[in-house]
Amino acid sequence: MSMLTRVGNDLYTGARSFDFVGKRVVWYSIGAAVIILAIAFTALRGGFVFGIEFRGGSEFRVTGSSAAIEGTAAATSIAVDAVDEVVTGANPRVSIVGSDSVRVQTEQLTPGETDELRAALADAYGVTQADVASSFIGATWGADITRQALLALVVFLLFASVVMALYFRTWKMALAAIVALFHDLIITTGVYGVLGLEITPAAVIGFLTILGYSLYDTVVVFDKVRENTSEDGVESRRTFAQSVNLAVNQTLVRSINTSVVAVLPTAAILFIGSLLLGAGTLRDIALALFIGTLVGTYSSIFLAAPLYVHLRENEPEVKKQGSRQKAARPESGAVR
Amino acid sequence: MARSTPERNAIRSLVWLLVIIVGLIAANGASVLFNNGQWTPKLALDLEGGTQIILAPQLASGDQVDQEQLEQAVAIIRQRVDAGGVSEAEINTQGGENIVVAIPGVPDPATIERIQSSAKLEFRPVLLADLASNQILDDPEATDEDSVDGDATDEAATDDEAAEGETAEPTPSASPTDASDPAWITEELQREFDTFECSSLDVVGANVAPVDEPLVTCEADGSIKYILGPVEVEGEAIADARSGLIASSTGVTTNEFGVFIDFNEEGTAQFREVTERLVSLTGIRNQFAIVLDGRVISAPRTISAITDGSPQISGNFTQESAQVLADQLKFGALPLGFEVQSSENITATLGLSQLQSGIIAGLIGIALVIGYALIQYRALGGVIIASLVIAGIVTYLIITYLSNQQGYRLSLAGVAGLIISIGVIADSFIVYFERIRDELRDGRRLDGAVEAGWKRAFRTILISDVINFIAAAVLFVLAVGNVRGFAFTLGITTIVDLVIVALFTHPMMQLLGRTRFFGGGHPLSGLDPKALGAVYRGRAQFRQPQSVPAVKRASSSREAQRRQTIAERKAAEARGEGEDAR
Repeated sequence: MSMLTRVGNDLYTGARSFDFVGKRVVWYSIGAAVIILAIAFTALRGGFVFGIEFRGGSEFRVTGSSAAIEGTAAATSIAVDAVDEVVTGANPRVSIVGSDSVRVQTEQLTPGETDELRAALADAYGVTQADVASSFIGATWGADITRQALLALVVFLLFASVVMALYFRTWKMALAAIVALFHDLIITTGVYGVLGLEITPAAVIGFLTILGYSLYDTVVVFDKVRENTSEDGVESRRTFAQSVNLAVNQTLVRSINTSVVAVLPTAAILFIGSLLLGAGTLRDIALALFIGTLVGTYSSIFLAAPLYVHLRENEPEVKKQGSRQKAARPESGAVR
Repeated sequence: MARSTPERNAIRSLVWLLVIIVGLIAANGASVLFNNGQWTPKLALDLEGGTQIILAPQLASGDQVDQEQLEQAVAIIRQRVDAGGVSEAEINTQGGENIVVAIPGVPDPATIERIQSSAKLEFRPVLLADLASNQILDDPEATDEDSVDGDATDEAATDDEAAEGETAEPTPSASPTDASDPAWITEELQREFDTFECSSLDVVGANVAPVDEPLVTCEADGSIKYILGPVEVEGEAIADARSGLIASSTGVTTNEFGVFIDFNEEGTAQFREVTERLVSLTGIRNQFAIVLDGRVISAPRTISAITDGSPQISGNFTQESAQVLADQLKFGALPLGFEVQSSENITATLGLSQLQSGIIAGLIGIALVIGYALIQYRALGGVIIASLVIAGIVTYLIITYLSNQQGYRLSLAGVAGLIISIGVIADSFIVYFERIRDELRDGRRLDGAVEAGWKRAFRTILISDVINFIAAAVLFVLAVGNVRGFAFTLGITTIVDLVIVALFTHPMMQLLGRTRFFGGGHPLSGLDPKALGAVYRGRAQFRQPQSVPAVKRASSSREAQRRQTIAERKAAEARGEGEDAR
C-alpha cells in the first residue's frame, strides 16, 4: 500500500491529525496576506494586461516559417519590416507561437491593409498566403465577453448558493464555500496580474471554470463535515470544531487524490499547449485552471472548513456541545 | 439481506448502460444512413480552419435588440451568404445580440463585403449637399445622379444640382414642420457639416443617428456630403427590389437599366407622402437619399409623386450597378445595422496542429490519471480505467450525435473541456473508492462496504456534479464565444459522469466484491483491510475488523451514552442500527 493510504488510515482514525480548524487565525492571515499582496502587486504593475480581444486590433499568424525557429529577434525584425511597408505606426507586437508559428499583433487595420499585410508577411517569411491567418477583433468584443462573464458569475453564485444551502440545510456552509471561492478567484487572477500574463477570453473561461471546481472540492469536504457533525448530538464528546476538524482530516486523502487527478490533465494541456502551441486557447485555459485547482484545494481545507466552524460556533446548540465536553472530562475520571 | 440482490441490481444496471450505448450507436447509425451524418463529430473553425465573423448590432444608445429582429437579420444574412455560393456557412446568434458567421476556408472579399454591408436602409430627404472637401470641383459627373419616376418614362437624370453645391439655405429659427424643412439645419449641424470628413465614415462604420433626427453623411464613394432630414421610410418597407431594362411609356423596352422597387402597404403610403411633398420642391431638396449603413448609396431626384408604391430609379446604371443597388435595397432591408466586431481567420494547417495538440494533451492527461490511479488504487485502478474508457465512448457518441442532429461543432475550447473532464470524472471514482475504504476501516466486509460506501458517496457525487452542471449550464446560456463550446462539453461530461458511476463503476464494484481477489482483500486489490488499518477505531474505540457491524453498533460504549437514560440509550441504539442498515 502506498504511503498515502497509510497516512489516510491514521487520519481516518485520528491517530494523526492536522489542526486545520484550531489554527484558523493563521490560515485566515495567510489568505488575507496573499490576497492583499496579489492586489498590491497587480496595482503596482499597472493593472492587468489584457489580450488583443479586449484592446481591439488585428492579429496575424504565420505558420510553417523557418524564421520562427531562428528565434524571436529574427522573426520580429522580419515582421516589423513587413508591417512598416504596409502601414505606418501600426505598433506591431511579435511573438513565437509553438515551434514554427509567428504571431504578429498590430493596431486595428482596415480590410484593405489587412490583405496587403497578409501578402507582405507571406512574402517576408517565405510562405504561401494560405499559411498566414488573419484576425480582426473589435475592442467591444472583449467588453462583451467581460460583461457576460460577470453576469454568469453572479447568476452562478446565486444558483449555487441556493442549491448548497438547500442540500446542506444551512446557509452558513454556502457562505463559507463562497468566501473560499472568492479567495480562489482573486488569487488566480492575482497570479495573472502579478506575473503580467495576458488576460484573454480563454483565460476568462479558465477563471469561470474555477467557479465550478472550487465549489466541487469544497462540497466534497463539507459533505463529510455534515455527516460527522450531524451524528453529534448535544451529548457528543467532541466539540463542534473537533468534529469538523476530524472530518477534514478524514477527507484529506480524498481531497489530495481528487486534486491530483484533476490537476494532471490540466497540467498535460498546459505542458502541450505551451510547448506545441504557445500562447493560445489551450494554454490560457489550462494555466488559469492549474492555479485555480491548487488554490481551490487549499481553500477548501484551510479556509472553508474553519470558516464554517467560525460561523456556527456561536449558535447556542453548538456552544452547548462544547461545554458539555468540558464538563464531562473531569467527571469521567471519577467514575472510572 | 439476500446475497443475490446486489448482484441482480448490478447486472440490471449494466444492461441499462448497454442499452444506452447501443441506443446511441443506433441513433448515430440512423443519422449516418438517412441524414448524411458522420461517425465523427464536426469540427469547429479553430480546428478545421476557416473564417469566423462576429457582427454586433449598431444601436443608438439605450436601445435593446429585439429577438425577432435578430432572427430576421440572420435569415437575411444567410440568404446573402448563400447567394455568394458559399456552402456550409453557419450563421447563428450569440449572446442575445450578436450574429456569428462561420465560413469554411478563406472567403473571397466579395462574400465578406456582402456580409458586412448588411446594414440598415433608410430613405431620408436631402436638405443640403456639398462637394466633399477633397473633391475637385470640375468633375460634376462624379456624382452619378439618378432620378426616380413613378411612370415608366425613360428620362435619365441630366443635371447635377448637387454638384453645384447649394450653399446654406436661410436658417430659420422656428422648429421644423416636416422632414424637408430646412429648419432642421441648426448652426451646430451646419458646423458639423462644414467640418465633416467623408473619410471618417471608413473608420468604424458607425454613423448612426436616431430616425427622427437629421444625419450628416457622404455619398458611398466619398464624393458628396449631405445633410439629410429625418427618416421617412425604413428599409423594412421594401417588399422587393430588382433590376432590369426600363420600358418606355409606350411599353417598348429601352436599353437603359433601372432599379424597380415594390413597397409594402405601409411603405407605399409613406413613400407617396414623401414624393408628393418632394416633387413640389426645387433644387437639392427635390432629392431623397437612400442611406445604407449610414452612407448614401443613391440620391435620386423626384420627378413625380409615386402613389402606387412601385417606383423605379433610373440613371447612369450599368447592368451591374443596377443589380448591386437592387440587391442592396432588397437584402439591405435589415431591421438593424451591424458592424463587424471581430473577424478571425484560422488556416487549415493551424487548425490541424491545434487538433493534434489537443489530442496529444488528452492522451497524456489520460495516461497520467491512469498511472496515478494504478499507484494509489492498485487493481481498483483497473476499474477507473474501464470506467474512463466507457465514459469516453459514451461522450464521443453523444457529441457525434449532437453534431449530426443539432449541428454542434467541437472547438478547441470544447476539446479542453473534454480533457479537463477526465479529472472531474475520475474524481467521482475516487470519492467512491475512498468511501469504500472508509467503510472497510470501519470493519465492514467488502460487499457491505460497497453498498454502504455507495449510498454515501453517491450523495456527494450527486451534489458536486449538480454544482458543476450549474456552472456549465450558466456559462453555456450566458457566456459568448468559445466559452460556450467549453461549457457544453463540460456539462455533457458531468451528466455522463453520473451515468457511468451509477451504471458502470458501482455495478462493477458490486460484482468484483464477490470475487476472491477483491472480496478476499488481496494486497494488490487496493481493498486490503489490513493495509487499510487492521483495527477499527471509531468514536475512540478500537475494534477487531472481524466484528459484525450490527454488534459493533449495539455495543457502542460512548461515554455519553452511559450517562443516558434508558429511553435515550434505546433511541440512540435505534439510530445506530438505522445507520447501519443504510
